[in-house]
Order: sequence, then C-alpha cells, then structure tokens
Amino acid sequence: MNKHQSRAVEKIQKDFSAGAEEIKDEITLFLSPDTFIPAIKLLRDQYGFDMLILETAVDYWPQLEPRFHLVCRLWSMAENDILGVRVPLKGNFPSLPTLTVLYPAASWFEREVWDMFGIKFEGHPDPRRLIMPYDWEGHPLRKDYPLGYEEPQFTFNFEKVAAHKPHPKE
Amino acid sequence: MGIVTTKLEDLVNWSRTRSMWPMLFGLACCAIEMMSAQASSYDLSRFGMELMRASPRQSDLMIVAGRVSRKMAPVLRQLYDQMPDPKWVIAMGDCASCGGVFNNYAILQGVDEIVPVDVYVAGCPPRPEGLIHAIISLQEKVKGEKLNRWS
Repeated sequence: MNKHQSRAVEKIQKDFSAGAEEIKDEITLFLSPDTFIPAIKLLRDQYGFDMLILETAVDYWPQLEPRFHLVCRLWSMAENDILGVRVPLKGNFPSLPTLTVLYPAASWFEREVWDMFGIKFEGHPDPRRLIMPYDWEGHPLRKDYPLGYEEPQFTFNFEKVAAHKPHPKE
Repeated sequence: MGIVTTKLEDLVNWSRTRSMWPMLFGLACCAIEMMSAQASSYDLSRFGMELMRASPRQSDLMIVAGRVSRKMAPVLRQLYDQMPDPKWVIAMGDCASCGGVFNNYAILQGVDEIVPVDVYVAGCPPRPEGLIHAIISLQEKVKGEKLNRWS
C-alpha cells in the first residue's frame, strides 16, 4: 500500500467509519449503502480515482449473512493505483443508489447486476435486463437458482427426454 | 407422363442443389470454420455457394453455426420465417445440434427447438470437410425430393 492509497483509505475510514482489509496487497474498503455514494465521490474528486473498472456482486448464500456483497474496483490513472470497495447488502432484494451519477460506465455494470442478482439501483437511467431476455423471470447467478440443465439423452431414457423437448410447429 | 415429371423433378432438384445460396448465420466459434470452408483452401464456391447472402430474403440455406442463446432464439425464428420457400437448415456444430457443452438455462438445447433442421453436423467445431460433407448430404437429400412434396 503506497502513500497515496494509505492517505485516501485513512480519510475514508475516519469520515465514514468504514472497515478496511488488505487482501493480496490491495486494500478493500467495506462501506454501507448510505455511505457508499459520498465515500466514492470523495475518492473520485479528491484522491483521483477517476475510472471504474468493475462493479459486480457476489452471493454468499447460505454461508454468510448479509448475503450479497457489491464489489467495485476504482482505478486512479495518475497514480497507477487500484482500490477495492465492498458493500455488504442485507436481505433478498436489496437496493442502493446508483453509481451512474459518478461514473457513467456503471450503467451496464448495474444492469448486469440487476439481471443476474436482483439488486436494484435507485435512479438508474435504464433499468432493463442485460444478458437474459427482457421478460425473463428470476435472477440466474444467485446461489439458489437452479442450474437449468436438460438431462442428457441416452438410449435408456430416450423417449422420456424426447417427450419434454420442444419442437417447432413448422 | 411419368417420364415428364421425373425429368422435371430431376431438372428442378438439380438446379436447386447446384446453386444454393447460404445465409450468413455465424454466431460463435463455428462461424470461423464456416468462413474457412468458404475460403480458398476448402472452397464452397465450387458447390455453387459463391456468395453468402446477408439478407434472408435472398437465400435458401441457413447454416446455423454456433450456440443460440435464449435471447437470440426469437431473432433466429424471425429470420427463418423471412426466408422464402424452398429453404433448408443445416445445424452446424454441437451447440446448434444439441446444446453442445452448454447444458444450462441460457443456451437453447439444439436449434431444432425452434426451426426444423435437415442436416446435423457433429463436431466442436466441425472441420470444414465435415461441413462440406453436410452440404453434400443435403444435396443428396434434395435430389430425392418428389414433385408432390415441393413446397
């Protein structure tokens, strides 16, 4: 952790009472949904973290509570520095303010997170699904979503699987 | 009378097989093999498929090359519907035939869930010679079409 990062991390920890962990030479800040936007605004304006590299989520069901962690990675081009931010979210359908007000690149990241995990972003300009069809139900990357596979069709269960296969009417 | 219809069948089927125009429908990795089959070393032009039309209105063979996701399926069906009769479909590769390695919620388990397929080609991806074998099998199939079954 170099001096620039340590200054930024200390300030955020002091102002927003955030936790910080060092994972493999990189600092990860743990914020809450209320302090999420102000802290990142501070990082962007004062400490030069001007690029959002990644915004995804992780589902830790059923091992951990809170279940979802929103993961962001911020990059500072001037200082060649990367910083991780995690927001633990409670509940099965959490919501938090959108990051598009600070970084326009967050738009598609947040659409993907909504599509795959069901985490809603308030104030998002285009809240549609990104990967699945627009009228899909369910959020596929959650741990309690079924795999959705089709049984392999061997000779002994050929008819049973063939009965369920959809066919075009022509 | 039988002679006339036989000769007519032969003529029409011959002309259909010898100038089938494929529609560009390369979705994923199989498209690379389709492109290499079209290129100079394994030439598809010698079978009459000189050009691959991008427009479905001007083609009569749809080579579905690659995995079809659930989001792409209505698009594929719409393009198939836009092709004029007579039309044939070759499902190229494992993903178009049966879902391939992707046995999950997002990939169609075989393109024959939405369009009727004439020839399936196995392989991941099939070699260009495999695709050419499929085209020749399709030509054999078309040669056997009868007058009263023409669409």
